[in-house]
Amino acid sequence: MKSKAILALEDGRIFNGIPFGAQGERFGEIVFNTGLTGYQEVLSDPSYQGQIVTMTYPLIGNYGTNENDMESRALWLEGFVVREVCRQPSNWRSTKDIETFLKEYNVVGIEGVDTRALTRHIRESGAMRAAISTEDHDPDSLIEKVRSSPDLVGRDLVREVTCERPYTVNSTGGQKVVVLDYGVKTGIIEQLCHSRCSVTVVPAATSSDEILRLKPDGVLLSNGPGDPAAVTYAVDTIRALIALRTIPIFGICLGHQLIGLALGGETYKLKFGHHGGNHPVKNMTTGKIDITVQNHGFCVNSDSLEHEAIQVTHMNLNDGTLEGIEHTTLPLFSVQFHPEAGPGPHDGRYLFGRFVQLMKQYKNKG
Amino acid sequence: MPKRTDLKKILIIGSGPIVIGQACEFDYSGTQACKALREEGYEIVLLNSNPATIMTDPEMSDHTYIEPITADVVEKIVRRERPDAVLATIGGQTALNTAVEVAERGVFDSFGVEMIGADLAAIKRAEDRDQFKKAMAEIGLDVPRSGIARTMDEARAVVNDIGFPAVIRPSYTLGGTGGALVYNVEEFERLAARGLEQSMISEILIEESVLGWKEYELEVMRDRNDNVVIICSIENFDAMGVHTGDSITVAPAQTLSDREYQNLRNGSIAVIRKIGVETGGSNIQFAVHPETGRIVVIEMNPRVSRSSALASKATGFPIARIAAKLAIGYTLDEIPNDITKKTPASFEPTIDYCVVKIPRFAFEKFPGADDTLTISMKSVGETMAIGRTFKEALQKGLRGLEIGISGLEIKDGKIDPGQIETMLVRPTPERLFYIKAALRQGMSPERIAELTGIDPWFLRNIRDIVDLENKLQSYGGLTAIPSDLLLSAKRFGFSDAQIGGIIGMSEADVRSLRKKKAITPVYKLVDTCAGEFEAYTPYFYSTYENEDESRTGTARKIMIIGGGPNRIGQGIEFDYCCVHASLTLRELGYETIMVNSNPETVSTDYDISDKLYFEPLTLEDVLNIVEVEKPEGVIVQLGGQTPLNLALPLARNGVRILGTSPEAIDRAEDRKLFKELADAIGILQPQSDTALSLEEAEAAVARIGYPVLIRPSYVLGGRAMAVVWSDSELMKFLREAFLAAADHPILIDEFLEDAIEVDVDAVSDGIDVIIGGVMEHIEHAGIHSGDSAMVLPTYSLPARLVDLIKAKTRDIAIQLEVKGLLNIQYAVKDDKIYILEVNPRGSRTVPFVSKATGVPLAKIATKVMAGISLKEQGITEDPMPPYYAVKESVLPFARFPGVDTILGPEMKSTGEVMGVDRNMGLAFAKSQIAAGQHVPESGRVFISVKDTDKEDIIAPAKKLDEMGFEIFSTPGTARTLINHNVKVSCLPRLAEGRPNIIDYIKNGAVNLLINTPSGPIPRRDEVTIRSIAVAHGIPLVTTVPAAVAMINAIGALKNGCSDIRSLQELYTL
Repeated sequence: MKSKAILALEDGRIFNGIPFGAQGERFGEIVFNTGLTGYQEVLSDPSYQGQIVTMTYPLIGNYGTNENDMESRALWLEGFVVREVCRQPSNWRSTKDIETFLKEYNVVGIEGVDTRALTRHIRESGAMRAAISTEDHDPDSLIEKVRSSPDLVGRDLVREVTCERPYTVNSTGGQKVVVLDYGVKTGIIEQLCHSRCSVTVVPAATSSDEILRLKPDGVLLSNGPGDPAAVTYAVDTIRALIALRTIPIFGICLGHQLIGLALGGETYKLKFGHHGGNHPVKNMTTGKIDITVQNHGFCVNSDSLEHEAIQVTHMNLNDGTLEGIEHTTLPLFSVQFHPEAGPGPHDGRYLFGRFVQLMKQYKNKG
Repeated sequence: MPKRTDLKKILIIGSGPIVIGQACEFDYSGTQACKALREEGYEIVLLNSNPATIMTDPEMSDHTYIEPITADVVEKIVRRERPDAVLATIGGQTALNTAVEVAERGVFDSFGVEMIGADLAAIKRAEDRDQFKKAMAEIGLDVPRSGIARTMDEARAVVNDIGFPAVIRPSYTLGGTGGALVYNVEEFERLAARGLEQSMISEILIEESVLGWKEYELEVMRDRNDNVVIICSIENFDAMGVHTGDSITVAPAQTLSDREYQNLRNGSIAVIRKIGVETGGSNIQFAVHPETGRIVVIEMNPRVSRSSALASKATGFPIARIAAKLAIGYTLDEIPNDITKKTPASFEPTIDYCVVKIPRFAFEKFPGADDTLTISMKSVGETMAIGRTFKEALQKGLRGLEIGISGLEIKDGKIDPGQIETMLVRPTPERLFYIKAALRQGMSPERIAELTGIDPWFLRNIRDIVDLENKLQSYGGLTAIPSDLLLSAKRFGFSDAQIGGIIGMSEADVRSLRKKKAITPVYKLVDTCAGEFEAYTPYFYSTYENEDESRTGTARKIMIIGGGPNRIGQGIEFDYCCVHASLTLRELGYETIMVNSNPETVSTDYDISDKLYFEPLTLEDVLNIVEVEKPEGVIVQLGGQTPLNLALPLARNGVRILGTSPEAIDRAEDRKLFKELADAIGILQPQSDTALSLEEAEAAVARIGYPVLIRPSYVLGGRAMAVVWSDSELMKFLREAFLAAADHPILIDEFLEDAIEVDVDAVSDGIDVIIGGVMEHIEHAGIHSGDSAMVLPTYSLPARLVDLIKAKTRDIAIQLEVKGLLNIQYAVKDDKIYILEVNPRGSRTVPFVSKATGVPLAKIATKVMAGISLKEQGITEDPMPPYYAVKESVLPFARFPGVDTILGPEMKSTGEVMGVDRNMGLAFAKSQIAAGQHVPESGRVFISVKDTDKEDIIAPAKKLDEMGFEIFSTPGTARTLINHNVKVSCLPRLAEGRPNIIDYIKNGAVNLLINTPSGPIPRRDEVTIRSIAVAHGIPLVTTVPAAVAMINAIGALKNGCSDIRSLQELYTL
């Protein structure tokens, strides 16, 4: 008898499969990611804290995993749902197969699932609570447990993923950037270093005073998991930083949403979010289109930001959602997508250059 | 940016005849481009010499020129039509090369014609090896070390620098013709010289071999606003060294991590910008070192390609259609994604399945051809399969290949167990089966990877298939097999027939048990977005999963079964018919369901039919769809032999076959039944017999007497068909025929020597019959009708005989109760008419007849099948054009060096062209030029014919002499000509002295060869001469009637210039 795993959804839908990775029972919000490549980056992205992820591409694990493609120090998501797992990878950089990798980081996986059916279900019914269990094979019991598991909305997941103490990378770099770590991806830090910045990563709850003491040329508000409205302390800090009017601020993903809130806007939850590397975003200034990497379940309501000093700089062409803003008088801009990529296209990387320019400009002013 | 309003009239150049390396995919892209531009209100002028295309249908453009695709013709069209722009990036290498030539003549400049898509400078940067290499260096991309050579001395200097193995690539050829890998100096000398000859500009690139590296292709699109997107990535199963057209390919890329893939993506974007393709699609090929990850750019095609057609079918993103819209100024964000409707085309498709393309080869048609797969393409067609896993898609693809296997099966006797390692090292069409054999013997995937260069990921997947087969084998009977194992097998793509073969049961029994266990396929959508958005276009594939997405509905539905992968004998002509059927039925209000597995075709464009099922054309797969969709009827008479072979099995399973009944089809195929019919109608047949054994066959031959025509029944394209003249050759040909016939009998006919062959295409509704056309072959009976040139209307037959042929055709149609299309082949000898063959189905000549006459036979036949009589359609008169149309065949001999180039009863051509003009000579001349055969108006002619042809060649030779040609002959032919007062110089036989004809050919000092074969097993001298002539592109004629036609054409050209006319003008004459 083959071992068995069950994926149960809040609305009672059940998917049977075979366990892979760690054994156990995990709860989280189920979402799908449409990337054809980059499962290791997805697995190690802290923004997936509290979620169970299914990859729409059915063949996962083909090229294994390696140390260099980690987007953070660990795996954060609750569970991983796949159609077919490859246990004998083939790639010159691979050091470990995905099954071993999941086991090491204690992530529960399920394979053999009709992931397209699951994706379509999420598309129609929205992202919802779910569980993967390799232990409880009684669907009714598992569904009950899912229904009593905590919801993602209103929960502060940032504190679960942020670093414990500050650290500095590339200390000899030119511009000094403080990164507020709401769950920062390595790719963001890499891109800052690549732009010759010195980077100090600080915990999410670091106060504006503590940040100022580091004398930054700019502050980057990172990506991170969950509901921005639950991270009230971050909003306060950002408001204080904005009020200084002198420090360039760049927000990415959750960082962008927090800026939205700090500017008096509202955020709302999307039906099933954007998780993938093929989202067309129009740059409203140049009219050009970038193929962007996205990973968010919440979004800033652009109507709530009707302030004449706030300009919409980027729009999502698939659904018209807000993708980027800038302030006309303050050194402040942010994007909903991931300009650092990893995984996905590099089209948005020019924004790091823009951030550096802004820092230089304000440094000269000061 | 909105579309351009400064352009009104656009010239589109097509790709011409189907040849190896350039097939239906350019009809697919051309048709999309015509539609995309017309719906924007542009006036379209189209040039394509291939009548079997949908794009040359008169309603597809405003001015359709079926004329040779040459710079001269383009120039004439430009002068006549005065287009504002030319789009040359959707017609393959032919269109691109022709446009370059016209542009360089200054014609586009002087008439103010803009090259849209890619301009001359961009095309040259991409196509010229030296410029390309420089451009890549400027953007920091690696290319293999290389050097350009224009002479052998330069070539030697380059190769000294690079070392062996090295690759030789001629500049400006299509499909990598002449490309070769050389391991030593001797090979280098021979192949470098050949490459220099084949290049349009006598230039070759010699480069570092990247043999064994991983090969990838990316399909890129760019718009006027410099937005660039990647539509699809493709990974080759075979490593570098095998042409991508000959390799199994897989989409998306499987073994690259995101970082590595993004490097290729960034590289592709940099390439398209640097080369400067302003708008449209391009294909960029990379090689990646399997251990270091070093990336080199191999090449870039600044146009849509075979791979872009594949990428379109694999993702649902219509590259050619979008490329056409971008060319007239739209940007990607202004064009909607047709499939999701709500999202724009400015995105990158993502897929949630695996796509496998498998090439189909035809080496059995070319005895003596080297079947090693190299960087010069040799395959003639391809099939594509979609599955949720690579294993499923691979096995679906293998059964979709229609080569007598139902999955990853090894045919009896196909594997030499002593040769496994050798056959793993040498890439051939059989290598996949040797991989299976090696795995069965316990060889590890890692060892196989070492020998083949194939990535272990693919090999381990194949090992999984083999392991599952072993598990199945361990169960004695079907009932004992656990349900979950059977389900696993189906999820690994095993067909019912394959499972039956493994456990010793019939396909039907496996099917019924499987259904009892409720293991049935579901249908999932190809939607460009992996399910993220709702899709409106019903483009389906089958798989074994939980959720079914089919949308059966209640409309009146008709299913059309397509032709599967292209092969010699079954190609674009049948796809054309299927497309016409679908379009017609939609007009009549039916919902149409297309089933096909060929990614090159127009029929598998998702907007041709209401629903598209991209599936293998096997009984199992088709029945599964029928059971879900429950169509009113199925059309099997238009897709060639593939659907026809399914007719009876489908009917036995209760499926209603529309049109002519399967029994009537069988009656025409069955010799004995047909003989009774012929006798009843009172028409002569060559004496004939059937045989199931060698003994029976010998007895039949003795009864009939030589010469005889031998062929297997139930095959298309004259496979293993031969004319046999004596006992000494009989056994060889009989054995081949029995091998090809499988379990069916072989047919033995009296061969009518020097008879005129006639083809008739007709439509019948059971009461009335319309004769679409009576075509007279140029070559005599004995040359396969698919290879013969044909003339419509007939040019030498007396009207009385033509009328009789028409009358007999009507009788047969009524007797056979034909409802739909009918093709009959007759032979005329000594004023007597013989019937050779009756095919109650769409034939290869239907598109030619329809284009030549303007009467769309397939559409009329489809209406008949839908129950609308000819009278009700108002079709009452046989068309008769007031001009001549000549269909000429195009042969692939240049791809198979050393193979004899003669024509015979076995079909060898890959495609066709049409020449139309006011007289027969000019029409024939055009057909020759369109087929790539230069028609010389002066110079030297070499004549060497077999003894029985010597009398007949005297008059033509005299005419050549009178027209001022200098004639050379071998001693025998020369003697005859001299005796009849023809001026002729005698050349020695090859072994007897120099200079001989080979020297003349190599020096380019001869302009036409007339050389008829001495018999079915020709002398070595002749084979050498013909093969070298083809390799050097010297016009070659191998039959006396063709020589006569050629000489008349030369005369016609000398007497008066031919002019060009659009179809729309011709039809009003």
